[in-house]
Amino acid sequence: MSRYVRPYGDTTGDGMVQTSFTLPIPFGPKADGAAQQLANKMGMDPAMVVHSHPIGDDFTFFVVYGSVKHIVDMDDVKVVEREYPLLTPSEVNTTLKKVLRRKLVVVGGCIGTDAHTVGIDAILNIKGFAGEKGLEYYRELKVVNLGAQVSVPELVRSARAEKADAVLISQVVTQRDAHILNTQEMSAAFREAMGDKRPLLVAGGPRFDPLMAGELGVDRVFSRGTTPGEVASYLVHAMQEKKGVAA
Amino acid sequence: MALLDLDPKVVATARGLAARAAEPVVSIAKAHTTVAVERATLRLAGITGADSTHRAGDVPWVNRVIDTVREQCGLEHGVVLPAFQALKEHNLGSLTELAEATAAGQIQFKIPTGKELTAARKAATSAVAKGLKTVDRNRVQRDKLVAKWGDPAQRPWIYLIVATGDIDEDVVQAQNAARAGADIIAVIRSTGQSLLDYVPEGATHHGFAGTYATQENFRIMRAALDDVSKEVGRYVRLTNYASGLCMPEIAVLAGLQRLDMMLNDSMYGILFRDINPIRTFVDQRFSRQVHARAGIIINTGEDNYLTTADAVDAAHTVTVSQLLNEHFAHEAGLPDHLLGLGHAFEINPRVPDSFRLELAHALLARELFPDAPLKWMPPTKHMTGDVFNGYLLDGFFNLAGVLTGQSILLVGMMTEAVVTPFLSDRDLALQNVRYVLNAAGSLAEDFRPAPDGLIVKRAHQVLGEAVDLLERIVDDGLLNAIADGTFGLMKRPADKGKGADGVIEKAEAYFNPASDMLEAQA
Repeated sequence: MSRYVRPYGDTTGDGMVQTSFTLPIPFGPKADGAAQQLANKMGMDPAMVVHSHPIGDDFTFFVVYGSVKHIVDMDDVKVVEREYPLLTPSEVNTTLKKVLRRKLVVVGGCIGTDAHTVGIDAILNIKGFAGEKGLEYYRELKVVNLGAQVSVPELVRSARAEKADAVLISQVVTQRDAHILNTQEMSAAFREAMGDKRPLLVAGGPRFDPLMAGELGVDRVFSRGTTPGEVASYLVHAMQEKKGVAA
Repeated sequence: MALLDLDPKVVATARGLAARAAEPVVSIAKAHTTVAVERATLRLAGITGADSTHRAGDVPWVNRVIDTVREQCGLEHGVVLPAFQALKEHNLGSLTELAEATAAGQIQFKIPTGKELTAARKAATSAVAKGLKTVDRNRVQRDKLVAKWGDPAQRPWIYLIVATGDIDEDVVQAQNAARAGADIIAVIRSTGQSLLDYVPEGATHHGFAGTYATQENFRIMRAALDDVSKEVGRYVRLTNYASGLCMPEIAVLAGLQRLDMMLNDSMYGILFRDINPIRTFVDQRFSRQVHARAGIIINTGEDNYLTTADAVDAAHTVTVSQLLNEHFAHEAGLPDHLLGLGHAFEINPRVPDSFRLELAHALLARELFPDAPLKWMPPTKHMTGDVFNGYLLDGFFNLAGVLTGQSILLVGMMTEAVVTPFLSDRDLALQNVRYVLNAAGSLAEDFRPAPDGLIVKRAHQVLGEAVDLLERIVDDGLLNAIADGTFGLMKRPADKGKGADGVIEKAEAYFNPASDMLEAQA
């Protein structure tokens, strides 16, 4: 692999790319000119507006081909690597089967007075979120969704009764830092009740910062936009780590 | 014309089994009411608005009343008797005033007897009748407007989704979509609304990946579509969702605001939302009775089975669900022409002969339900983000739709699983549909699958598997089958799930004028 690369159309180094976009202007020669200018500013030079057509009276759609002047320096490519790989549901299932030889038990709910189950349901319900199925869909996961307004003692009791490997709590309401205080209360209760044998604790909510795990006393914090697949992949990763330490 | 040569005896067997499987569930549905059915009844009787001073935010007045009645005298006699008794006793002008007084702690509800009972029955009946009259008027109005502006020129009708979260933006998108050729606009609901045990109030502008279903949002969108219908010269239909914990209430609001189609599946909430099975079947029956009254076409959700299970292996579960949905719908008074039974193009494109298998499944649905406006749903599971490939797949989906005579075509987006569609994505998707309709819209005329070919054989096989599964469900009992994970892999016991505490066994003297009037229509 060479250090410097450019897009490949049909000849090495030609820099050819194809793009399409819509501008909020009526169809016509002036619109094509506008598209040409945008493409130039995007670094496409020469740029060819190969197609345009009106969408209603006020919009025009364009397809543009052209050569970009940019060069990629592979030495500067830094990829932020998640410390665990994203797995497909079947990979999650097979890995768990191998690592645990039983189903992984997940207990989840909204604690405190929070009645917003949107987050926990998006992660747990089979319906899922963003085109991904929720954790219920995974054959090797046993999901117990306690729903809304679960008290901390109730959560600890359920986690113990179900022999939970992981506890997922969701917090949407943030008035007077309720989400932080509730989560700290929860993690303290688990430490007190179960010590080192406590399940993996995961907190999620739109106002959490992933860097807050230590402060909250949990193992992992997920923020806005998290999908079920990310959570499942994390659980697999954490289980492998745990087993690794034990072994 | 029949192309599959299905054995009428097998078809009759399948329908008979579906009826037997459904029977015990219908009995349970008749013997229970739910907080949502009672709320829907009060909404028909005219209650509106919300308590904006409550510390939990806006709580609809109807929820305040129902919760208090339940606390003070239970709901097993229905809400209307204590509610209308109190209305009279305190000489209040409307149910909303009653709600305000309830919130102020001024009302002590009780089950009326003797003369008070007679008076409460009468007052409740006339209030509910008024609500149903509005629903009836809307139905007549729809017929009038369809006669005036016309139905779409072609079948399938073109169904497009908008989902901005802001009703005002939805209006812009919906009107543009109608101008570009959409015959039906569906407004997707905000994520998680199905699990709210109340219907939000007013016009809303902040949904998550969709817009809240509220009475005011319904009104705004229907008015906007009336405007654009006039402009484009065809009646543009409006779709929303009567599903989740407020299914009966949303059905009522749809009837009151002249919505035209509602997503309404007999088992979706149980399987995919973990809503209590009994709650779902009770709410389901009432909501379908309302839809029947309102002339609303229901859309069932069989596509969901294929997104969780393999579309070839699970093909027969779609047929089983369609037969159950058909039976539950007929039982609730919905005629065939209001049954938008669902199915979807979800076979892995890498499977050999995948298109032929899709044709077999689609034709099977068409021939099993010849008079139902079938809803044909596009690929989602195998849309990968490669928008070019996705566009081709959507083209084949459109072709299968016209070739097998589907009635409602949900337009596939090449951005499925990538982003919410751009303006241009929707435009390209509609071009795709138009091209296929124009190039091959009448191809069904020339389409004769070979009598012993793959398509015919496959359709017979799927129907056979459906009959086998229905037999197992009848033996097992539908509720047990659901509990055991027969559908969509999910195990849903009858005593578990969300909203279970909102189910109430009816007392001998239970009274609900809405149920009585809706029952009488069937």
